[in-house]
Amino acid sequence: MDRIPILRMGEFLLVSIQVDLHDQLVLQLQDDLTNAVHRHAARGVLIDISAVEVVDSFIGRMISDISSMGRILGARTVLVGMRPAVAITLVELGLSLPGVETALTVERGMLRLRAENS
Amino acid sequence: MTGITSIADLLGSPVKQQTIQTQWLRNLSTAVSGTRGSISSDELAKQTQEFLQLLSAATRSGASDVDGAAYKPLRDFLEGVSRSRAQQGFTSAETAMFIFSFKQPLFEQLHAANGTNAAALAQDIWAATQLLDALGLHTIKAYQLSREDVIRRQQEDMLELSTPVVKLWDGILALPMIGTLDSARTQVVMESLLNRIVETGSEVAILDITGVPTVDTLVAQHLLKTVTALRLMGAECIISGVRPQIAQTIVHLGVDLQGVTTKANLADALALALKRTGYTVSR
Repeated sequence: MDRIPILRMGEFLLVSIQVDLHDQLVLQLQDDLTNAVHRHAARGVLIDISAVEVVDSFIGRMISDISSMGRILGARTVLVGMRPAVAITLVELGLSLPGVETALTVERGMLRLRAENS
Repeated sequence: MTGITSIADLLGSPVKQQTIQTQWLRNLSTAVSGTRGSISSDELAKQTQEFLQLLSAATRSGASDVDGAAYKPLRDFLEGVSRSRAQQGFTSAETAMFIFSFKQPLFEQLHAANGTNAAALAQDIWAATQLLDALGLHTIKAYQLSREDVIRRQQEDMLELSTPVVKLWDGILALPMIGTLDSARTQVVMESLLNRIVETGSEVAILDITGVPTVDTLVAQHLLKTVTALRLMGAECIISGVRPQIAQTIVHLGVDLQGVTTKANLADALALALKRTGYTVSR
C-alpha cells in the first residue's frame, strides 16, 4: 500500500498529497503525521492539497481532524492550495473547517508559518 | 371513401390546389395584416406551396395520425416555420393562423367536391378538422419550444453578464454583484470568483453587494457559503456595499455574520484590503 510522504524542512513538516485520496490512505496519513510531529517536535505542518480533485464528507472531515491533531501536538497546521471545486464541495457538505488555517500556495503557507514562529 | 383520401384527391388536382392556395394567401394576409408584416408575400406563397405539397404527399399515404412517419416531413416543415416566426417576434396566435386560415378554403373545396351529399361532406370536414387541429397544435408546440429556447439563452447571457470579476489591485479582486441572488447565480458567482483567485493568486476578494436589492436569510446563507469557500482556499473575503436598510434586515433576521468582514462601501473595503496585503497609501 502506498503512503503519502512527509518531508521535514527544519522545524516544519511538509505533506504534499499528489494522489487521489481514499479512506485508508487518509487514516494512514493521520497516523504517520501525528507520529512525525511528535518525533521531530515539529512547530509547523504544511499540507498541500493542490492535486486533490475529489473529496467526500469523510475525507473532508479527516482533513479537518488532521489539522486539529497537529495543533494539539503544538504544531500550527496550514492547509494550502485547495481547488475551487473542492472548496465548493466542502461548503456544500457543510464542512467549513473552523479553526483550520489556509493559504493559497505553498509559498504563502510557508511565509505564514515563518512569520508566526520568528 | 374516408375523409383523408378525399383531401388527398383534392390536393392531387393542380387546379384545385391552386384555388385553395390563392384563397389561403388572401386569408393569411387579412389575418396577419396590420402587424409587422415581416414576411413578404413571396415567402408566404413559397411556404404555402410547400405546405400543400407536403400535405398532399402525407394524405396520399392514407394515414390520419399526425404523429406517424408519413407526416414527418410536414412536421419538420411546420417546426421550421414556427421557429422562424418565433425569432421574428410573431405572436403565438399569428403563428397558429398559418394553419387555421387554411381551413376555410379547404372546406369550401370539400363542399364543392361533395355536392349535395351531406353525410359524406360532414365526414370529410370532420377528418379535415381533426387533421388541421393536430397540425395547428404541433405548430404552437414548436413555437413555444423555440420561445423557451430564446428565454433560456437570455437567462444564461444575463448570468454571465452579471458576474464580472475585476482585478482592483495586485492581489485584490472585486466582484460587484447586481440583481437578486439565488442558488444558481451564487453557484456561478462562487465558481468564477474561486477560479479567478487561483488564476491571479489574489489573497483578498471584495464582494460588493451594492446592487443586490434585498438580503434575506437565503441570500445571507449564499454569501456566507462564498465567504467560507474563499477562506478554505486561503483567501480572505470582505463584503462591501452594505446599505443601512440591509444592515437592519440582517440583524433583525438574526443572521450571524460574525467572522465576516463587512464595510459600508467599496472604498473602505479597498482601503482595508490594501492594508491587509501590506500596501500603504499616501497622498
